[in-house]
Amino acid sequence: MFTNFPFFPQQASVQAGQVDAVYFFLVAVTAFFSLLIAGLIAFFAVKYRRRSDDEIGVAIHGSLALELLWTVIPFGIVMVMFGWGAKVFFDLYRPPAGAMEIYVVGKQWMWKVQHMDGQREINELHVPIGRPVKLVMGSEDVIHSFYIPAFRVKADVIPGRYNNLWFEATTPGRYHLFCAEYCGTKHSGMIGSVVAMPPDEFQAWLSGGPVSDSPVAAGEKLFQSLACNTCHVQGAQGRGPVLNNLFGSTVQLASGGTAVADQAYLRESIVNPQAKVVAGYQPLMPTFQGLVTEEQLIQLVAYVQSLSQQGATPSGSSVPTMGPTTGAASAQPEIKR
Amino acid sequence: MTNYLNNGHSLASWLLTKDHKRIALLYLVSITLFFVVGGFFAMLVRFELLTPAGDMLNSETYNKMFTMHGVVMVFFFLIPSIPAVLGNFLIPIMVGAKDLAFPRINLLSWYIYVLGGLFTLYAALSGGVDTGWTFYTPYSTAAANTHVMTAALGIFITGFSSILTGLNFIVTVHRMRAPGLTWFRLPLFVWAHYATSLIMILGTPVIAITVLMVAAERALHLGIFDPALGGDPVLFQHLFWFYSHPAVYIMILPAMGVISEIVQAFSRKNIFGYSFIAFSSLAIAVIGFLVWGHHLFVAGQSAYSGLIFSFISFLVAIPSAIKVFNWTATIYKGSVSLDSPMLYAFGFIGLFTIGGLTGLFLATLGLDIHVHDTYFVVAHFHYIMVGGAIMGYLGGLHYWWPKITGKLYSEAWAKFSALIVFVGFNLTFFPQFVAGYLGMPRRYHAYPPEFQVYNVLSTAGASILAVGYIIPLIYFAYSLFAGEKAANDPWGSRGLEWEIPSPPPTENFTVSPVVTEGTHQYVHPKQEVGLA
Repeated sequence: MFTNFPFFPQQASVQAGQVDAVYFFLVAVTAFFSLLIAGLIAFFAVKYRRRSDDEIGVAIHGSLALELLWTVIPFGIVMVMFGWGAKVFFDLYRPPAGAMEIYVVGKQWMWKVQHMDGQREINELHVPIGRPVKLVMGSEDVIHSFYIPAFRVKADVIPGRYNNLWFEATTPGRYHLFCAEYCGTKHSGMIGSVVAMPPDEFQAWLSGGPVSDSPVAAGEKLFQSLACNTCHVQGAQGRGPVLNNLFGSTVQLASGGTAVADQAYLRESIVNPQAKVVAGYQPLMPTFQGLVTEEQLIQLVAYVQSLSQQGATPSGSSVPTMGPTTGAASAQPEIKR
Repeated sequence: MTNYLNNGHSLASWLLTKDHKRIALLYLVSITLFFVVGGFFAMLVRFELLTPAGDMLNSETYNKMFTMHGVVMVFFFLIPSIPAVLGNFLIPIMVGAKDLAFPRINLLSWYIYVLGGLFTLYAALSGGVDTGWTFYTPYSTAAANTHVMTAALGIFITGFSSILTGLNFIVTVHRMRAPGLTWFRLPLFVWAHYATSLIMILGTPVIAITVLMVAAERALHLGIFDPALGGDPVLFQHLFWFYSHPAVYIMILPAMGVISEIVQAFSRKNIFGYSFIAFSSLAIAVIGFLVWGHHLFVAGQSAYSGLIFSFISFLVAIPSAIKVFNWTATIYKGSVSLDSPMLYAFGFIGLFTIGGLTGLFLATLGLDIHVHDTYFVVAHFHYIMVGGAIMGYLGGLHYWWPKITGKLYSEAWAKFSALIVFVGFNLTFFPQFVAGYLGMPRRYHAYPPEFQVYNVLSTAGASILAVGYIIPLIYFAYSLFAGEKAANDPWGSRGLEWEIPSPPPTENFTVSPVVTEGTHQYVHPKQEVGLA
């Protein structure tokens, strides 16, 4: 009946080993202290068992030395956990420069994926091994959470903002992809696979099958069909700010402050344009909330991002050079290993 | 002889009573009913998970079952359990008073509790609610089509019961201590309840406000949490956990108070490090308010917020560790007898130790990323809430049952049930740690087949655990009718409650006691107080 029951998850990313090392340390501490306490209690309970009905214990009121001992030692141990856990967390938190970006949209109850080259998939994510991959994730409806146990990575996917997740797969294979945040009736059906492939197989996969517009190309079409280009005139002064070389720059706001034009800022400026109006412009832009889907928003953001050439990108994201995307991508897999 | 039980037999003498002891029994009956209801939901969840396919219940029903299991157990069983039953019964007696400071408010808080419970039961019976007990937005405000409002209203109402009980305890401890009963002579059970009451008073209003905001968004479309209305869904998580993390300490602190009493009584020895245990309760209550962000490590909060919340979460582990070490040291050179309350106390210490230490996994930033929202978390908090709070509650019930009812239960059956509960509990929840680290997400109706073995073990354990809970129900009920009469102090224990008759007279003490030392001073001759 149970021919296949693993005791420990596969390690298939560069992060997995680091997370497991912390885990084993904590398991060891837990086992040591649980056995210590259980052993002491069992030993005392037998050694000092009541031998006559009117027997009483020895009045001991305490010991400052012992109290200090069992305050300081646990404190020291948990500080090791804290520091080590924080180190691993910061490595998980910051994508390395040059990571390959893939867009993910969660909706009840599926995962939709767009690759920069235009490949799209549902409930599957193909990635190359040996190369950092950064997911830019948004949600169409409620909160979801993108979780790949074999990679030891997880991040909530929250409507109204972008969350990032990065990993570098090490072992080719097919791994579970789960939604980890309860999202309604078919929450347990919001699952899929992450397929990690050797770089050449990944290239073959990318160029096979029907390829639709890349997110940037799709975003450019939307930019025209939604008439964004009537105000955001390319390279000239229009009613809206110039978008060339905007991405990654710091923007002066009409309210007095500044904002860094990252992906979240671009998204907010489309759905809620009044939130951060650029200094020198009138708050004329209507909201596009409800008019564009989350995926279209990602395409628009990708397009605006593409108007700034790489170099100015924050968080080290690699915005592919436009135009011959497949050619550019095929040149890249040699970066690592 | 007249006691609080035979002083009036009419229904009105119970439903309109202002006696803290009778109100404790009203709570005992009502929380037991809710425990049975919550347990029923849990068994449905466990049986569904026997097979990987979602074949026994459909998804909607399954989601409602785990939601209502959580709502009922957390808000209508665990939070009131020890404070409202044992605390209500014992705190006035332990401080040498005739009643709580506000007897009418005490009765009112029971009625509020029942009213809130009825709303929640109505929500369950009329179709249920499927948001999870956490009510995360925007699912709860914009997507769920179930009885969110009714269930939320039930929680909102019940919160006031909690606030009033906390208020009553705090005023009682401050104002009604008997002559000579200084703060540092108070039983540790009272210290634990004092700390718990602080959380009840300071935390509960926040969940009430949060629930109101959910209602405002759901009914009036005020944009607070839903980004489509201009809100922030993560704001809800901050507000929810600002209460709901401290709420875990509402559940565990009173149990710690119970364990402190039992360990002393059955070692015939005063506690090791009294002031460290007392102050660690306050430390847990205060620091516990500052750790809520560890529920948001994967929710996209800034890395530096994560760092601070991780650090404070580690700090809150220290006072818990201090308690465990002090309990262990108390047994050293004691006169240890393994009566059923002590078995439950040992069970508590073992399970709480594992529960607490596995909490460190979740406070560790890099590790929480992987185990967050998996069965690892489910296992951890059941070790705290079931292995901790319910073991403490059962231990306390066994310890004070002769005092409360004046009857003795079958000790052999009690020892047997303590063993069954311990074994059943571990078999239920230990496999969930393994399944969780393997990556099985929580709240999954269907799951990949490689997790099945752990789920089968878990369901088998839950069935054993259920038996372990049914046995005490039977022998406790049996003792009421056929139990041997209990002496004033059947355990040879020390403390004001053991110096008055079992069951106590309505006014507790015929003369006000004068206290000259702390509790559980077995080396000194027993004081005789309160008996004219």
